[in-house]
Amino acid sequence: MSLISLIPLFPLIGFLINGFGYKKIPKSLVAPIGIGASLLSFISTVLVYLEFKQSEETIIQPLFDWITVGGLNISFAFQIDQLSILMLFIITGVGTLIHLYSKGYMSHDEGYGKFFAYLNLFLFSMLLLVMGANYLIMFIGWEGVGLCSYLLIGFWNKREDFGDAARKAFVMNRVGDLGFLIGIFLLINQFGTLEYLSVFEQAKALPVGDIGLMFITFCLFIGAMGKSAQIPLFTWLPDAMAGPTPVSALIHAATMVTSGIYMVVRSNVLYTLSPDTLEFIAWIGTLTALVAASIALFQNDIKKVLAYSTVSQLGYMFIGLGVMAYTSGFFHVITHAFFKALLFLGAGSVIHAMSDEQDIRKMGGLWSKIKITSITFLIGTIAISGLPPFAGFFSKDEILAHVFEHNKLMWALAMLGSFMTAFYMFRLFFLTFTGTFRGTKEQEDHLHESPSSMTIPLIVLAVLSVVGGFIGFPEIFHLPHALSEFLSPIYEGSRSVNPEFGQVHLSHSMEWLLMGGSVLLALIAFAAAYMVYVKNKSLPVADGELSGLKKVLADKYYLDEAYNKTFVNPVEKASTFFGNVFDTKVLDGAVNSLGSFTAILGKASNKLQTGSTRFYLLVMGMAIAAILLLNIGNELVDGFFSMFKAQIK
Amino acid sequence: MFLLLLLLIPLVGALLSFVIGRNEASAKSVAIASSLLSLGVFIYAAAQFTSGSTEIFSFAKPWIASAGLNFKFSADGISVLLLALTSVLVPLIVLSAADKGREKSNVFYSLVLFTQFTLVGVFTAGDLFLFYFFFEAALVPVYFLIINWGGENAPKSAFKMFIYTIFGSLLMLAAMVFLYTKGQTADLEALKSTAALMPAKVQMLLFGAFIIAFAIKMPLFPFHTWQPNAYTDSPATATMLLSGLLSKMGVFGLIRIALPMAPLAANEYAMIVTLLAIVGLIYGSVIAIKQDDIKRLIAYSSFAHMGLMAAGVLSGSVEGIQGAVFQMLAHGVNAVGLFYVAKIIFDRTGTRSLSQLGGISQQAPVLSVLFMIILLGSVALPLTNGFVGEFLMLKAVFEFDKLIGVIAGLSIILGAVYMLRLFQNTMFGEVKDSQLIIADVTGLERLVLVIISGIVLIMGVFPNVILKVSEPAAVTLLDYLSSI
Repeated sequence: MSLISLIPLFPLIGFLINGFGYKKIPKSLVAPIGIGASLLSFISTVLVYLEFKQSEETIIQPLFDWITVGGLNISFAFQIDQLSILMLFIITGVGTLIHLYSKGYMSHDEGYGKFFAYLNLFLFSMLLLVMGANYLIMFIGWEGVGLCSYLLIGFWNKREDFGDAARKAFVMNRVGDLGFLIGIFLLINQFGTLEYLSVFEQAKALPVGDIGLMFITFCLFIGAMGKSAQIPLFTWLPDAMAGPTPVSALIHAATMVTSGIYMVVRSNVLYTLSPDTLEFIAWIGTLTALVAASIALFQNDIKKVLAYSTVSQLGYMFIGLGVMAYTSGFFHVITHAFFKALLFLGAGSVIHAMSDEQDIRKMGGLWSKIKITSITFLIGTIAISGLPPFAGFFSKDEILAHVFEHNKLMWALAMLGSFMTAFYMFRLFFLTFTGTFRGTKEQEDHLHESPSSMTIPLIVLAVLSVVGGFIGFPEIFHLPHALSEFLSPIYEGSRSVNPEFGQVHLSHSMEWLLMGGSVLLALIAFAAAYMVYVKNKSLPVADGELSGLKKVLADKYYLDEAYNKTFVNPVEKASTFFGNVFDTKVLDGAVNSLGSFTAILGKASNKLQTGSTRFYLLVMGMAIAAILLLNIGNELVDGFFSMFKAQIK
Repeated sequence: MFLLLLLLIPLVGALLSFVIGRNEASAKSVAIASSLLSLGVFIYAAAQFTSGSTEIFSFAKPWIASAGLNFKFSADGISVLLLALTSVLVPLIVLSAADKGREKSNVFYSLVLFTQFTLVGVFTAGDLFLFYFFFEAALVPVYFLIINWGGENAPKSAFKMFIYTIFGSLLMLAAMVFLYTKGQTADLEALKSTAALMPAKVQMLLFGAFIIAFAIKMPLFPFHTWQPNAYTDSPATATMLLSGLLSKMGVFGLIRIALPMAPLAANEYAMIVTLLAIVGLIYGSVIAIKQDDIKRLIAYSSFAHMGLMAAGVLSGSVEGIQGAVFQMLAHGVNAVGLFYVAKIIFDRTGTRSLSQLGGISQQAPVLSVLFMIILLGSVALPLTNGFVGEFLMLKAVFEFDKLIGVIAGLSIILGAVYMLRLFQNTMFGEVKDSQLIIADVTGLERLVLVIISGIVLIMGVFPNVILKVSEPAAVTLLDYLSSI
């Protein structure tokens, strides 16, 4: 057993132990097993990295042939290269912290063992997704994380709406998955294989704008729209907040939802060759970033704000990919994993302290009560707002600089979204942590800082949210961009098909200007939020008192309603019609009338009363008669045939 | 020799069970022993088969030599896999039958074993008329199972199924006799050369006759209306036999009879049949979404899945045929599992209505986990058995026609919709009747479900073990078709 295989194996074993031992394993052992599995996976990742660093050569680790049919052979194999190593670090690193956090957060839950089992299963699927050496292994992980997401969103499934949210997530993801699957069919069709190395090698021979590749990249991106919650397939993610908060942090912020970005970066040669798809991705990203940010402005559920924020940030990542700044998009995946996991876990800590209250209108003044949570949450807020020198600043700024070069309008829209981001995040922060406490007396008496198993992950993530951006300094700082240097080998294909790839033509002064502009914008947003929510102490109004545009935003542009009207209701109506009318009355009715006609015929001629067995003999007799008829001559056959032929034509 | 044993064991078992099984317990014991013996013989034989020799898998004795009729049984890779399915499912179906309050157990188990006998016959027949005999005979024991042990409407549903099937058989028999008189032999191998030389228009007619017979059996749209009622009103054992095994006779018939006996027509008709199959796939899936009766929901889902198999076979590609063969096994196992879960739920709650169920997972977590695994197989999640077949078939249909392929692909979304609704409304939510104590699965129930879930996962992780067995047969068939 090689070291590489151990990475996904540990979580799988953890899942099996906690899963089979559900209700048998003492509670004190459940968390150590779950956390341990994740930690061992992290350690294996470190060891694999050290080994990989020796040569920096891509490692392919085949396990067995999975599906072999005709000329198609899909192997169950892992691929270790710069990209998968980085993803492995995020997944197992942030994953371990969130497992640790769950020990405290879920400690009072009766489904404690089940929760850790599911978390481990998720890690396993996510690891397959990024470690696979071909698109079908990626697809195993792709659907596997969807399943775990379903199970964890519906974790408290006694509540029917939670179950509905889980189902919605799975079904919407399946819509995307169909696109992905068709992309896979097209890949097989064009390249005869799904193995990354072979596909990318062959793709290099194709011209830019190849129509086949355009379809492939487009279909694969539909999968990304589902998994990474982009317009029009994003409405499942806010509902997914029904799951326990650690799940929101791990799956719906740091890892699973970034699969789409991973997929595009992994396939970068294909996308570089398909500029039309890239343009489409950039605009979808822009639109998503704006729409989600504008909805977040009017949400009052602490997790909902963060959920829309995630959708919006994922949009930024896709903008980066769309303008061919793959590394910038991926850079944002990394920093976002830190600060968004931090914010979600912080929100969980707040909810924990507030006795399960999630409405920020009923919070306030928590700063002095839960110090560690407050400070770390503030760090996360600054980081996402794009203020230097915190992590979000570097990655977002890099994306914005590339967008500026690509398309000024897109850049302006992205800046607008960025402004809204800083505003709603500080709004969230001020309403939650400053001012006076607006909850009940009971809640106030119960206010407490979370146990260390929860605060340690907060602190670690806060540190990462501060320093995480230093892996990618802007060129103008005259410091190394470690990330870009590390990732460089995976763009070998993109460079070979597009000589312009990775070159920036912005002047240094322009870059300083852009950077200054976005920082200024974030500061204005901060000041505005401060004026409204601290200085003027205004509070969001109760639900239903909004009007006009605000109401449209608070009600999420009525997208759910629109989807219900256009997709769900018609299908349900069709189901009822087909099931209760067409199938039973029309089709079966026709058969029945034919049947009773035959039965009457049978009765009349044979006085057949005792049931079907004799009728059976009769029919056999008729059959033989029919055969004799058929054998009278070919003329008869010919005549019958020409009749038939005329019918089908 | 092994084929003869596989045929005779269930036949003798059926007789023994009928004669000595006057008291309930011994009838079931005989059935278990017989079906396990079949399984044992099959495993022993299969071990020989995979090691290369196909000789043991054929058996021929002249019957009416002057008329060119033989008792000929032979098995290629596809047959072997269907024998595997039969040999594995029958013991599970026997084990899953609960005897509480059943009368005439000896007849009951005798009929089950007799069904196994006919299935082995269908899957190994090397002669047209043997195929016909077993194909028809399979219906009889299931018919009696339904009318004697089914629900209120069972006789009516069974009768409709009976008439419907016979109608199809009539056409098939006509086609077969015609083939026989032309070729002066009923040997399936020997007839190929006759069939290949037949004019296209004659082949069109022959294929039309065959396809209707098999379409009714599977069933395919629009010949399916007997199926939802028959599946719903039948006793669980008969539903499992029908959905798990008998429906596969239709797909098998396409592969073994319709394609080789009318190769030119198969190509000509491919579009029409594929269209009908995909219409059925979507139509059945859409109907399943709003069904309230668990069994009816699974019945429509089952009907939908059959459509894709037919489309796979007719796609004329090795992926399509291999996918369909794989899916026959996967669907057989999953359908039996799902109908068994439906029965377990009904036994405990007294209802199959989704609107009256809920919260079962709280009291029966083991049941809910095993149900979930089988369900994942059914929605074709990767690493379960449902994925491999659907992946290959969808790819084949997509290559056949891009648009039809995309439409067929919608079924993976619809499948998730109705299956997760089934799961949510039974397992999640609050218990509707708070007095009701729902016992978790234990003992035999648990054993059967664990075996089925195990198969779901093993087939999904190591599909090549199965794909390799049928690949030569699939390639041979395609080579033959393309040589015409």
